[in-house]
Amino acid sequence: MPELRDLYQEVILEHSKAPRNYKEPAGTNHKAEGYNPLCGDRFTVYLEMDGETVRDIGFQGAGCAISKASASMMTQTVKGKTKAEAHRIFQKFHDLVTGHSHDSEAELGKLAVFSGVSEFPVRVKCATLAWHTLEAALEGKQEKISTE
Amino acid sequence: MSASVATPETATRSLLDVEKVRADFPILATRVHGQPLVYLDNAATSQKPKAVIDALVRYYEHGNANIHRGVHYLSQLATEEFEAGRRAVQKFINAAEASEIIFTRGTTEGINLVAQTWGRQHVGGDNEILVTAMEHHSDIVPWQMLCEEKGAKLKVAPINDRGELVLDELEKLIGPKTKIVALTHVSNALGTVNPVKKIVAMAHAHGIPVVVDGAQAVPHTIVDVQDLDCDFYSFSAHKMYGPTGIGALYGRKALLEAMSPYQGGGDMISSVTFEKTTYNKVPHKFEAGTPDMAGVAGLKAAIEYMQSLGIEKIAGHEHDLLVYATERVSALDGVKIIGTAAEKASVLSFTLEDVHPHDIGTILDQEGIAVRTGHHCAQPVMDRYRIPATVRASFAAYNTRSEVDALVRGIRKVREVFA
Repeated sequence: MPELRDLYQEVILEHSKAPRNYKEPAGTNHKAEGYNPLCGDRFTVYLEMDGETVRDIGFQGAGCAISKASASMMTQTVKGKTKAEAHRIFQKFHDLVTGHSHDSEAELGKLAVFSGVSEFPVRVKCATLAWHTLEAALEGKQEKISTE
Repeated sequence: MSASVATPETATRSLLDVEKVRADFPILATRVHGQPLVYLDNAATSQKPKAVIDALVRYYEHGNANIHRGVHYLSQLATEEFEAGRRAVQKFINAAEASEIIFTRGTTEGINLVAQTWGRQHVGGDNEILVTAMEHHSDIVPWQMLCEEKGAKLKVAPINDRGELVLDELEKLIGPKTKIVALTHVSNALGTVNPVKKIVAMAHAHGIPVVVDGAQAVPHTIVDVQDLDCDFYSFSAHKMYGPTGIGALYGRKALLEAMSPYQGGGDMISSVTFEKTTYNKVPHKFEAGTPDMAGVAGLKAAIEYMQSLGIEKIAGHEHDLLVYATERVSALDGVKIIGTAAEKASVLSFTLEDVHPHDIGTILDQEGIAVRTGHHCAQPVMDRYRIPATVRASFAAYNTRSEVDALVRGIRKVREVFA
């Protein structure tokens, strides 16, 4: 039986209450909006890109604890990374939360706290919403991203 | 809320023998995550009693054949059963004639049928369709589609902070351009019971027909379409202990007869040549194709089941639970009840400080408690209260006060997790 504490780890609760990089950076040159119609979660991810590198990143919006903490920790993780690196981290994160592979837990660092999400399949969309939105912002897509 | 209510020890005022009712529902023996199932998502769909499940099995084991066309024994039997189902629905909502009952896939299809037939025939470019701010998406989108096609305007009657229609405002919105008034009998997101009869009278004073979404009303109240005097009334079986995929639309006979068919196909015609097709009489004109005969047998069994319990007794029991739950849940720190209308049925929608309803839903699920979390297909209602979502507990005949207590313990657990 899945345990609630595996999902709602302290780090996740803490980030959901005090999200990091909860702002629109002054130098924003890319942004995208993400929406999960299932629960109404809605986030905008802002990027200040310097060539292929994420110089600054922020997000704003409303959502559940999982989606907000995921967005917060994502911004910490990808800041300073290249587009390709951010993409690779998302792939590994996606594998982790969908339960496809836990091999990358060490590599994912703090993001490994989301491994409990794999026991709650309906919550995978919450954990990945900000990441899908980041991908859209990186690709410069203008349309709203939906997880449905 | 009355202060005299209540503790779990207080004898329930209900005349229902709830333990006996519970024994009629096989699914209630399910355990979820090691806990007894506490099913409080009845506004989404109710569970089904053995009598309904048996009716479906009996149909397939002993009664299956296509209707209205065979001369053989089983076809005649199936036709008789199907038409007996129609008469059962007629009596259930007190329609004047059985031919005023059209079988549909559910409430949504019934509303779409009216929009695509009466609506397309009568709504023009400078017309308006009036809905209310508490409608389910299924009573907004079909009208929006019609407005888009015809260039007509959708008008929205406002609600107050308690979640009640502001009748003065609604009446002002009915004018010479209005062609249809569409509203819900009971709000799925707020639980509000609307004064349908009064609103029908307002619309009829201007000669405007009224379409009622009865999905949330039929499980909880005695519906009398002649007393309401509405022109169309649509509902689903699955929210009133019946099977999924079947519902009924009531339409006033004179309107139905003047309406064009909805879909073309078998059963809705009386003769077909490549030059000309003559349509069947009502209600068959609106029932193209082989219908859900098993579903109708199940719907009939659901009606009989509700009547065997007594709809007034069901309503009394649910009201008792709603009052008890409202009092207990609203006493918890940080809880805000969304929808506090004077007239409410069976729905308790709430938020808990800044804990997102989806997180609450996951934690309650771990306790075996099924509630709905989200916007309940009523996004405009959420926007009205400036919230993204609510937690919704909704009650049926088989729910108990101790299940409300489990809900209260579950909410306390949410607070512990998010402390």
